[in-house]
Amino acid sequence: MNRITTLFSGVNDHPEAGLLNVYFTAGFPELNDTVRVLQALQDGGADLVEIGMPYSDPVADGETIQKSNDRALENGMSVKILFEQLADMRETISVPVLLMGYVNPVLQFGIEAFCKKCAEVGVDGLILPDMPMDVYLNEYKAIFDAYGILNIFLVTPQTSEKRIRQIDEISEGFIYTVSSASVTGSNTGVSDDMEAYFDRLNAMQLRNPRLIGFGIKDHATFKKASDYAAGAIIGSAFIRVLQESNDLEQDIKSFVRNVKNYPETIEA
Amino acid sequence: METLEKKSYQVDSRGYYGNFGGAFIPEMLYPNVEELRENYLSIIAEPSFQKEYNDLLRNYVGRPTPLYRANRLSEKYKTNIFLKREDLCHTGAHKVNNTIGQILMAKRLGKKRVVAETGAGQHGVATATVCALMDIECIVYMGELDIERQAPNVARMKMLGAEVRPATCGSRTLKDATNEAMRHWINNPVDTHYIIGSVVGPHPYPDMVARFQSIISEEMRWQLKEQTGKETPDYVVACVGGGSNAAGAFYHFLDDEDVKLVAVEAAGKGINSGHSAATTALGKPGVLHGSRTILMQTEDGQVVEPFSISAGLDYPGIGPQHAYLYDSGRGIFMSATDEEAVQAAFELTRYEGIIPALESSHALAILGQLGATENETVILNLSGRGDKDMATYMKYIV
Repeated sequence: MNRITTLFSGVNDHPEAGLLNVYFTAGFPELNDTVRVLQALQDGGADLVEIGMPYSDPVADGETIQKSNDRALENGMSVKILFEQLADMRETISVPVLLMGYVNPVLQFGIEAFCKKCAEVGVDGLILPDMPMDVYLNEYKAIFDAYGILNIFLVTPQTSEKRIRQIDEISEGFIYTVSSASVTGSNTGVSDDMEAYFDRLNAMQLRNPRLIGFGIKDHATFKKASDYAAGAIIGSAFIRVLQESNDLEQDIKSFVRNVKNYPETIEA
Repeated sequence: METLEKKSYQVDSRGYYGNFGGAFIPEMLYPNVEELRENYLSIIAEPSFQKEYNDLLRNYVGRPTPLYRANRLSEKYKTNIFLKREDLCHTGAHKVNNTIGQILMAKRLGKKRVVAETGAGQHGVATATVCALMDIECIVYMGELDIERQAPNVARMKMLGAEVRPATCGSRTLKDATNEAMRHWINNPVDTHYIIGSVVGPHPYPDMVARFQSIISEEMRWQLKEQTGKETPDYVVACVGGGSNAAGAFYHFLDDEDVKLVAVEAAGKGINSGHSAATTALGKPGVLHGSRTILMQTEDGQVVEPFSISAGLDYPGIGPQHAYLYDSGRGIFMSATDEEAVQAAFELTRYEGIIPALESSHALAILGQLGATENETVILNLSGRGDKDMATYMKYIV
């Protein structure tokens, strides 16, 4: 079974402690930090990890993630190098790993070659926000399925109920619930409007569990989001930690623990 | 504007031109784009829309624009050259045909604010103009580099009441301004309409913008008939950045297969110089700004930063319909360098007393390579005037 599916099976939508998914950009801060950051996230207690494939034109991302993308590309990061870096990750990494990125670099690599590589290195799922649902269903789903790679879809406060049901129908793993109408890294927190939207989603009794992302940055926002879903996703706030860090392992582990609010004395 | 009928080189019911087009957008943009897709054809077809659009084109923009037989230029190139004078449109370029249509669309969709991207500033000015006309808030994103090299248009936008926001990432040109405009739309999905300035972006934008620009070729047909007795020329020539003036100039000739459709891209310092914007020569299929098209990119699929002396052609992709015209062989794609374009600008100025925009000068630059004979007819779409480019032209005056 896919590691994502395994992680969520048995976890209902309101576990006592929510699941934490952390996003970071591959090849950032330095080209060869990818596996180092991944390892520290697992050691700190992240439940799943989303590795961003840097792109020159990330339209769904705010300034923080844009800049990390630019830096990673300057460092020489590419899809090919990422797969080389991840080649042996499953020797030590047991958490589910997703790749997030924009569709063009994946198309240039070749969808089939890309899915094959994902299966080889042990990537469990993909998040490609600009891949249309109909294109996925008509052209790519069979390939994803053949290699056991899950495709994670997004829903937003503006997504219609009909479309949410459609997405739920074709999704496996989890649904990425975008908390507000914004690019990543907005400083919105979790507002009353959002709570109404999360309640609406809960009332729909979807097949798939949900993780809430965008605007999640610390323990308080993580906890709040987890009240409404299986857990939450942190991206920009974590990129800022990486930007400012002098001791990656230590800073990453303490950030994850603080978000999940583990007592500082427990060593993972 | 006339038809809603389907033509073979027009968009299909799924939003594609052959393999190109579609709507490759994040879910955050889906409801906005879907709202537009569901409504644009019926809104355009409304008699009240048609009346308002046509009245404004006639009495505000100054249409029909002349089709002018350039006698001295024709003599030089030993053929019959007609210039479609889009440079005489209000605001100085064809861009306003589209912004008039889109602002009427925005009003009917109940939008309170407009966001746009601009390269040379022509689309930004055309957008700021219609926003002033309709009393709608206007935000224009413009690459920081373009803000420097197109100062007069920045001043015009500000005088018109628009807020000009610099795009400071990447190459700081049109592609980055487009990214920022899309992000703004993601952040303001309900009350904002995004007026894309070219035939790019997710479906239905390429088709909608082409429809609003199709007035150019609609007029060309009856004007040419009036002057020569023939409705179709042998060549239609237009420059292509994203490709909106070319799309409008080609629109009503697409199915006349004996009319050669010539698109001229910006070669910058030379196609293989590493400083070029000649998309079909240098690019390959991929996804850019919401549609599957041809774009300049690295082997890893990163979008390459283009280069052209002309800010309006400084774009790493082309609209999906142009990608299809290129791929199918219906379109003939050529290119002109910075130097060739500047020379062509001076030539037109000295031969005909018309100072063209740098963008349009690229189309002029290939007249000698066209191979048109003295019995043939060429219509060249003179998409804009050169006022905004005077700082560049002055450098060449000795």
